Amino acid sequence: MSYSAPRGKENITPHPYGTNTQMHKLMGFPFTMFCKGCGYGSIAQAICRVFKEENLQEELFPFIVNIGCYSSMPTVLPGKTFMTLHGRGIAVATGVKMANPKLKPISIHGDGDLLSIGTNHFLHGARRNVDMIVILLNNNIYGMTGGQLAPTTPMGSKTSTTPYRYGEEPIDAVELAKVSGATYIARWNTSTIRDFMKSFKKALHHKGFSFIEIVSQCPTQFGHKNNLPKALDGFNFIKNNSIRINKAKDMSPEELKGKYIIGEHLDIDRPTLWDRKSQIIEKLKD
Amino acid sequence: MVKPKFMEGPLKGNFASAYAAMDADVDVITAYPITPQTTVVEKLSELVGEEEFINRQNVEYVRMESEHSVGAGLVGASYAGARTFTATAGQGLLYMTEMVHWMTGARLPPVVAIQTRGITGPGWNIWADYGDILSLRDSGIMIQFIASHQEIYDSIIQGFNITEHPDVMLPLFPAYGGFVLSHTAKPVKRIPWEEAQKFVRPKTQEWPHVWVDGERPIMSNALIMPQSFYTEFRIKIHEAQMKALPIIKDTMAEFEKSFGRGYGNGLVVPYKCDDAEVLLIGYGGNALQAEDAVDKAREQGYKAGALRLRTYRPFPKEDLLYYIKKIPYVAVMERALAFGSPTGGAISTDIMAICQRDPKARNANIVPFIGGLGGRDVFLDEQIDQIKILYELKEKGEVPDRKYKMWDTFWTGLITGDKKVEVENQEYFGDI
Ligand SMILES: Cc1ncc(C[n+]2csc(CCOP(=O)(O)OP(=O)(O)O)c2C)c(N)n1
Ligand code: SF4
Ligand SMILES: [Mg+2]
Repeated sequence: MSYSAPRGKENITPHPYGTNTQMHKLMGFPFTMFCKGCGYGSIAQAICRVFKEENLQEELFPFIVNIGCYSSMPTVLPGKTFMTLHGRGIAVATGVKMANPKLKPISIHGDGDLLSIGTNHFLHGARRNVDMIVILLNNNIYGMTGGQLAPTTPMGSKTSTTPYRYGEEPIDAVELAKVSGATYIARWNTSTIRDFMKSFKKALHHKGFSFIEIVSQCPTQFGHKNNLPKALDGFNFIKNNSIRINKAKDMSPEELKGKYIIGEHLDIDRPTLWDRKSQIIEKLKD
Repeated sequence: MVKPKFMEGPLKGNFASAYAAMDADVDVITAYPITPQTTVVEKLSELVGEEEFINRQNVEYVRMESEHSVGAGLVGASYAGARTFTATAGQGLLYMTEMVHWMTGARLPPVVAIQTRGITGPGWNIWADYGDILSLRDSGIMIQFIASHQEIYDSIIQGFNITEHPDVMLPLFPAYGGFVLSHTAKPVKRIPWEEAQKFVRPKTQEWPHVWVDGERPIMSNALIMPQSFYTEFRIKIHEAQMKALPIIKDTMAEFEKSFGRGYGNGLVVPYKCDDAEVLLIGYGGNALQAEDAVDKAREQGYKAGALRLRTYRPFPKEDLLYYIKKIPYVAVMERALAFGSPTGGAISTDIMAICQRDPKARNANIVPFIGGLGGRDVFLDEQIDQIKILYELKEKGEVPDRKYKMWDTFWTGLITGDKKVEVENQEYFGDI
């Protein structure tokens, strides 16, 4: 993450969706702390667009932001945001949802956050089918703390804690979401932002635990250490390693090793935690 | 023999931690990154594979999935007889807390370096503040406050001699200011391997903490009923703390004899206390700066002394009382807030308690100061002002007033309204 904010207002080209962000409301202009070429900016912008296109009532869709480079996203997100501790977003969102079932919390995570320190909440949020959205920004590394090995880092990558490329087997978040019981699951990347927007819209109307992973380039931490120093390098690397789900169906596990299978992986209906509770209450009343 | 890449020269505090762990011959390191600790475990991941070490040491390094697991990993490895090390800070330490209590309860001896960092709320803070380590002050761990780069290295080298002593068997957490020491570089000298090994406690099969052993199957950590030995086991932990006091002193004396440098008696470090009329007690980097304040104040005619608290748990009661009885005008400066405690500071409260129990120290004047929270700078002027406050107290017989005095505690560096808050990045915020 860097602090290369533009100097002076005059240097900033007003962005059509920038007006939706908290920063714009507070300061009159958008502002992010992401590095140049980071994928997180496009993702935040896509979220803003969806909020605008769907004309959402901000109060009903609180953002719960976890800890990583995306922690500075509140400045460019629409709606109400609050930050939690590293990995705890889904548990916090469960509390929010239970206290006020009208709300649909959107929890924003990183790969380090959701797939290591906060994984148990992920499994149990999905198992309970809490009516909420989880967005995973997967940059294959712990970006904010300086590029250490994450549970998603491809085998053999160089990171600040694997200088000799002694890696570990990475985790597949989509598979994890499936076995845990999530009811809407999709994976996209920064070159399929429009698809991500469609998925996000779907998730907003889906009742139950929605999980959307979006694979993003991190030129500063992952890229620099792995011969992908420019934004486009990382962008293309992810793009070239992504395979649409319908194509992947006909491929062998060997062919799919190290690939990101993008697309909609699951869309089913199942009673949510709140539904089950109301059913029992109704039953007891009878 | 491979020539080491680094033996002597400017070194970042966190790298000093990493080298010290390797030179103390650790077996297992578990790690999870958190600012400002990251460079300790990054450096270690590099060192474990470096030629110098790989030929003579077999160090296991595991990147765990959270600090809770880091703590659990240390517990497991220690149970199995390994010498263990990690580092963490702030939220990471808080998340590890449950495991820290287990370490002390199970009498395991890891050394854990802490790069102190402000606790979250309100908002995130990553700068020096000892609130994180002090939240564990009564957990049974030994706590040392480190003030310089060389001292980081030396304390970790000494660490295992203390923790693995059969009379102690408790973990040690040496703590130093995040960024202030962790990310700055100063000259540091490593101890050559052979000499270090002569000093560091040898590993033997007779280690008291080899619990996971096929030859001697035992059951540990079972349920203890109230009428059983729970109380006695807990008292044993307190006893071990008390027994650690002379062991820390002896270790420091032996270190000084071997390598020609030392830090007081290991418990406290006095500075110009012989003829002092007022005394500044502090810890960490600020206490080192207090020595400068003493020098400056002496130029102005104030005969001040400084006492750096180096070991906080176990609490060096006798050493503190020795100086307090000699110099009964004492400022206690802390860089952490103990909400709702009698003074707002954990250490000033402790010091008041020991004075109360000693008839000769009962009339000493203990004045609490708190400042530097969340990395806010504490300036030399402010420390000189502390000395002046003590002199006013000495002359007039009562604690003087200042705008930043509330609830009988002085809040050093408080934004009181006279101070202009400098807006960072004026240019950027322009006319807003
Ligand atoms: C309990 C705790 N441990 C460690 C940290 C330090 N920490 C902050 S961000 C982060 C990694 C974030 O990685 P990821 O979620 O992948 O986000 P990215 O920065 O890559 O976007 C870590 C380990 C913390 N804040 N809290
Ligand atoms: S994810 Fe990578 S590129 Fe993006 S802000 Fe973080 S370090 Fe920079
Ligand atoms: Mg990440």
